[in-house]
Amino acid sequence: MTKEVMTANKAVAEAARLVKPKVIPVFPITPQTSISEYLAQYVADGDIDAKYVKVESEHSAISAAVGASGAGVRVFTATSSQGLMLMHEIIFAAAGMRVPIVMANANRAISAPLSIWNDQQDSIAQRDAGWLQTYVEDAQDALDSTLMAYKISENDDVLLPSMVCLDGFILTHTVEPVDIPNQEDVNKFLPSYNPKHSFLDPKEPMTLGALADPGYYFEARHAIEIGMEKSIDVIKKTCKEFEEIFGRKYDLVENYKCDDAEIVLVAMGSVCSTIKAVIDELREEGEKIGLLKIRVYRPFPVDEINDAIKNCKKLSILDKNITFGIGGALYSDIKAKINKETYGFIIGLGGRDITPDTIKEVYEKTKNPEKDVTWVGLKKEDD
Amino acid sequence: MVSTGCVIKDPGNSKKNKTGSWRTFKPVLDKEKCIGCDKCVMFCPDAAINKDHDINYDYCKGCGICSAECPVKAIEMIKE
Ligand code: SF4
Ligand code: SF4
Repeated sequence: MTKEVMTANKAVAEAARLVKPKVIPVFPITPQTSISEYLAQYVADGDIDAKYVKVESEHSAISAAVGASGAGVRVFTATSSQGLMLMHEIIFAAAGMRVPIVMANANRAISAPLSIWNDQQDSIAQRDAGWLQTYVEDAQDALDSTLMAYKISENDDVLLPSMVCLDGFILTHTVEPVDIPNQEDVNKFLPSYNPKHSFLDPKEPMTLGALADPGYYFEARHAIEIGMEKSIDVIKKTCKEFEEIFGRKYDLVENYKCDDAEIVLVAMGSVCSTIKAVIDELREEGEKIGLLKIRVYRPFPVDEINDAIKNCKKLSILDKNITFGIGGALYSDIKAKINKETYGFIIGLGGRDITPDTIKEVYEKTKNPEKDVTWVGLKKEDD
Repeated sequence: MVSTGCVIKDPGNSKKNKTGSWRTFKPVLDKEKCIGCDKCVMFCPDAAINKDHDINYDYCKGCGICSAECPVKAIEMIKE
């Protein structure tokens, strides 16, 4: 194991190197671009023995990824924002065809108005596609989650693609120290990909992505739901195996001082670090506040959430996305599945700064609620 | 049950899809009128008419193309 200072984008590229993909179809887009650059360099230098496909669009990148994975090899790709939007059609096909692609998504706002800054609307807009989604908190999490994503997605009980979501710029362009696992340990953790359901072999011809009439489609969609349900246990098991080999502990959710908290904030991604700092500060002042980090958003970890929040009185959900007319996506999921007094907060869209004061305002507004959903950080009319 | 990812491993299995169940109008071919031009054989999108001009109702979906193409009106579409 070596320790290096790097961005989360480099950490993702390092993980992609370690899993030894055979095909990397990728199209650059801010703020994902340096992932595609690192990978191009690794392939050119012979550090990865893969076909690097320089496609003409993200629609082609994910299409090539589906084709390669369907042919039976390990595939990596990465995108962001408008690129992910352009992939939308094939994102659903990848899940339906049960190809265990792993893709990093550098979270960035969606046009219009055009924005290259961070929020999580892009990957949230894909939440119903049948992909597993992990939202990472830091660069180490980005590397580790990418490694784990392959093991989870390629599990015969799951066979669904994975999206590793990392906040644009806040993580993709910020440097921090990262442990890079050595190749032998990764080989031990992640065996080579040997699919039984979909592969290219002239002696055993097969048709992929064919039409399914009403006699078959319903069962095919139900099978995705079963894979999603089973992935909960597979993720837990994979996190344990990961900890045994690499010593770092992960789970579907992270319970940060929730057990005796009266108010629990629920959030995803890098903002959790800011929230933890605020909690430490407010706890010194005697406030009973905690954080439940949703690390894995799909599958949605209902039992784990219920377990972590059982003692608290109120929940405040922080969403860097908006489902217009409803509130945030995480807020609506929690309202649907968790029985607790819950308030929603829309924060940080299009890169609006989320400061400790933003978090404190959320906390105050949960103590003295005025309405169900509040946008925190909007400018005043005359600003 | 469907295979994982709906992968089809037995080529030629479209035979199992009996499109005859879609039919609301049934083509009935009058061999007395037929002049054997084979237009219906070539136009049928389901290859449901053979060289002897017998119609396979397991697969004939009742589209009526054969009836429309027949130059001597030898094929009549009759409601099922
Ligand atoms: S009705 Fe259509 S499907 Fe049936 S025999 Fe005629 S052309 Fe073929
Ligand atoms: S198109 Fe009419 S005439 Fe020609 S082969 Fe068919 S039924 Fe006979």
